[in-house]
Amino acid sequence: MTAARTITFKLNGAPVTADVKPHHNLVELLQTHFGLTGARESCGQGLCGCCTVVVNGKAVSGCLYLALFVDGAEVTTVESLDTRDKLSPVQEAFVEASAFQCGYCTPGFIMMVTQLLDENPDPSDDQIRHYLTGNLCRCATYPEVMDAVKLAAKKRKAGATA
Amino acid sequence: MVTTLNPGSAKVGSQVGRSVPRLEGRDKVTGRAEYTHTMQVPGMVHAKLFRSTVAHGKIKSIDTSAAKKLPGVLHVVTVDDVMKVLASPYYGPAFHDQPILAHEKVRFVGEPVAAVIATDPHIADQAVQLITAEYEELPAVYDEVDALTSKVYVHDVLKPAGTFADLKHLKNAKDTNLALDYRLRRGDFDKVYAAAEHKFEHEFKTQKVLHLSFEPFACIADYKDTHVTLYDSSQGPSFVRTEIARLLGWPENKVRIKVPYLGSGYGSKLYIKLEALALALSMIARKPVKVAYTFEEMFYQITRHPSTFRIKSGVDKDGRIVARKCEVYWNGGAYADIGPRVTQKSGLTAAGPYDIDNVWIDSYALYTNVTPAGALRGFGVPQLVWAYEGHTDMMARALKMDPVEFRRKNIAREGRPHATGQMLKDSPVEPVMDKVLERMNWSQPFDKGSGTVKRGRGFAIANKAVISPTTSVAIVNVSADGSATLYCGTVDMGQGSDTAMAQMVGEVLNIPAESVRVTPRDTDVTPYDMGTLGSRSLFHMGHAVKRAAEDARDKLKALAKEVGEPEGSNIPIAELFQKRYGMQAGNVIGSGIYKPDYTPPAPGTGQSPNVTPFWMVAGAGAEVEVDTETGHVKITKLINVVDCGKAINPKSVETQISGAALMHLGFTMFEKMHIDGGQVTNASLADYKIPGFHDVPTVMENIYVEHDQSNGPFGAKGVGEVATFCVGPAIANAIDDAVGVRLMEMPLNAEAVYRALRIKQGKPLEDE
Repeated sequence: MTAARTITFKLNGAPVTADVKPHHNLVELLQTHFGLTGARESCGQGLCGCCTVVVNGKAVSGCLYLALFVDGAEVTTVESLDTRDKLSPVQEAFVEASAFQCGYCTPGFIMMVTQLLDENPDPSDDQIRHYLTGNLCRCATYPEVMDAVKLAAKKRKAGATA
Repeated sequence: MVTTLNPGSAKVGSQVGRSVPRLEGRDKVTGRAEYTHTMQVPGMVHAKLFRSTVAHGKIKSIDTSAAKKLPGVLHVVTVDDVMKVLASPYYGPAFHDQPILAHEKVRFVGEPVAAVIATDPHIADQAVQLITAEYEELPAVYDEVDALTSKVYVHDVLKPAGTFADLKHLKNAKDTNLALDYRLRRGDFDKVYAAAEHKFEHEFKTQKVLHLSFEPFACIADYKDTHVTLYDSSQGPSFVRTEIARLLGWPENKVRIKVPYLGSGYGSKLYIKLEALALALSMIARKPVKVAYTFEEMFYQITRHPSTFRIKSGVDKDGRIVARKCEVYWNGGAYADIGPRVTQKSGLTAAGPYDIDNVWIDSYALYTNVTPAGALRGFGVPQLVWAYEGHTDMMARALKMDPVEFRRKNIAREGRPHATGQMLKDSPVEPVMDKVLERMNWSQPFDKGSGTVKRGRGFAIANKAVISPTTSVAIVNVSADGSATLYCGTVDMGQGSDTAMAQMVGEVLNIPAESVRVTPRDTDVTPYDMGTLGSRSLFHMGHAVKRAAEDARDKLKALAKEVGEPEGSNIPIAELFQKRYGMQAGNVIGSGIYKPDYTPPAPGTGQSPNVTPFWMVAGAGAEVEVDTETGHVKITKLINVVDCGKAINPKSVETQISGAALMHLGFTMFEKMHIDGGQVTNASLADYKIPGFHDVPTVMENIYVEHDQSNGPFGAKGVGEVATFCVGPAIANAIDDAVGVRLMEMPLNAEAVYRALRIKQGKPLEDE
């Protein structure tokens, strides 16, 4: 096994450093060095979306993204979205619409839906379906997720005007 | 919040029947819910597996020398090492047939042969690549029908676990692949069939599909010489505890199984899977050892049973089914797992929800040289319904009878005997069918499409008997501040059981469900439960929880009397404890146990007056568009209807119906494990497609009827599986309606439909 290298990056707004090996992926880095388990590896091929993490403002598959590549980057995970007393509008909407079952894929959905609504605050059903094709849910909670995205869009609009 | 003894006017409102948001919602949407696969235990090391590359063979040698030399490798383990710590390394719920690591023989491609324990999972992985093994290959048997008569035997000697009475006769059986031959005989099939006006005979098949929980299998075992703890992604911690204790020769109280949330299970994480292996490795390493599968490895753990179902029916001149014979072959793979129970408990419903006087069922559990098969959301019933509802439609078509009227003429109604002899009660098959037809606008004219796109519609109905007899135990603990904690072994793997159980506690104690804490499963404190399986939990554990809450309530009332409170007092619970113990101290602990009455089926005939405590009832209707140029099928409408007794949490019920139906839509339309010479050739999510957002039908309705379950807790019964039953045959019946071709085997993908269309046109395509 090859030697580790020290990298520094911003994790959920805080500067951090870690020793990583060339074969470590981003999910592993977050879990083993920082105890963040919201991004999790499932399919290992970047197809299910369970490992979604935002790097420099863009969602990536953490299971395919080598940890070394976040050197100097800004990394945002699902754990950054809530505060002690408040969930993000997307998280609130997922709870209210009951848009999860086992919850394993949920953080990935939350990250993608957050990015979707940042880009397009009022997506159509078709746009939602297309945007979320890279997020799979084996419990098949898709109809509820559709409801949650629409509810989240409303919440964000209400929040923006409030 | 102040909880009081007799709230009366202060009643918080009904907890049962309310869509209480999921108690664990916040943990799940923030990514903070705990799962075994992402869990770390201080000091733990990692194990990876070296797997068989042949389907059936004798192990000649295993060379672990290079792997052992890799820095970071602590141990390379074969079954010989395992047997130094566990002399008899075999486990399983029905048969003790599965070795912790392959012993003398390998029986399927992917079977674990050796394990590497290392300080780092990547080092363990790398070391696995350095292991080599030599096998003397043996002929293999893959097909379930071949397995019955094959001279290739997967096991030399059968070893029933002793748990199930109907397997005892198989002890030490040789020269067979039969892990159970279940029989039901009612009336005189041969005589009545021979004399029947119309005779029909069909053979249906289902393919090998699997659960693919997004949290792959994971277990961390931490063995100490005095006790052992397993952190486990398991649907049945009580069973795991019993089996681990048996392997160790220890009392159960020295074995602790802790189960956090599950990244689902769908039946895959039942009974015993990685636990015995993790235990053995921890005993060898004398450290906590984590075994966490990759996605690909799930294809080598457990799948659903492929099946072949030969069904024959005799119909009289009025369209009444007078005789039915069912021969069902279940492809159980290399190890029995729970296959023999699937064979029997689902086998008994093989004749369907119909009133037939003469029924013959043979249901065979068969060993083959492929990945083992077990329970998958429906416990065999979806495979049966696939056959009998296709058969029903084909008969109606041949008889030129309306498929609704044909079913109406034959449905077994309340008060009529099921094929087992049990009188049907709370089995509203016809009302469920009528709801499907109503939502499908069945009585209205239907546009059959034009040009190259043809439209069709179809439906199906089914029932299932819940597995019986099984036991659940629950504890409700009221603390001195009046707050309540529930200890129950039902594992919340996404179905929402924690919330539903908390609602039942809330209903009895008259407190909001949201205030009830449901403890994570931990066998050191959580009492026994048979397992989270077969839609049994809401009914069985629901009863136990209700009884435990009632017991706690009665004890609180007794406490009030003891401290001199007048009858009907509405004293806050906290004050009650204060009065009794002089400070905020003490507990009131209520407990409840439930096991339904049951009469075992008579050997040979399968007859029993009480084979199940409740029936699940489902119906589904589908509208499709078939592109006759490509065979592509688009599902434009899917109506799912189930009877749920009483909806404890209506939103959860709807989500269970929807999720079950969509999962089964994948099994119906495209999912299939491709196996070539015993080798799975599509063991990845890239090659094994599952339903995504675009696969949700244009219109989908998920509906429940509430036919009060007279012996259920608050009138409720389980709904985790029921919406899986009818999706497949409803779609196949709709395809037949659209283009006049009948598919006898799932999946109903474009290729299968197109091939069938070409055969119908007299221009069959060449085989692959």
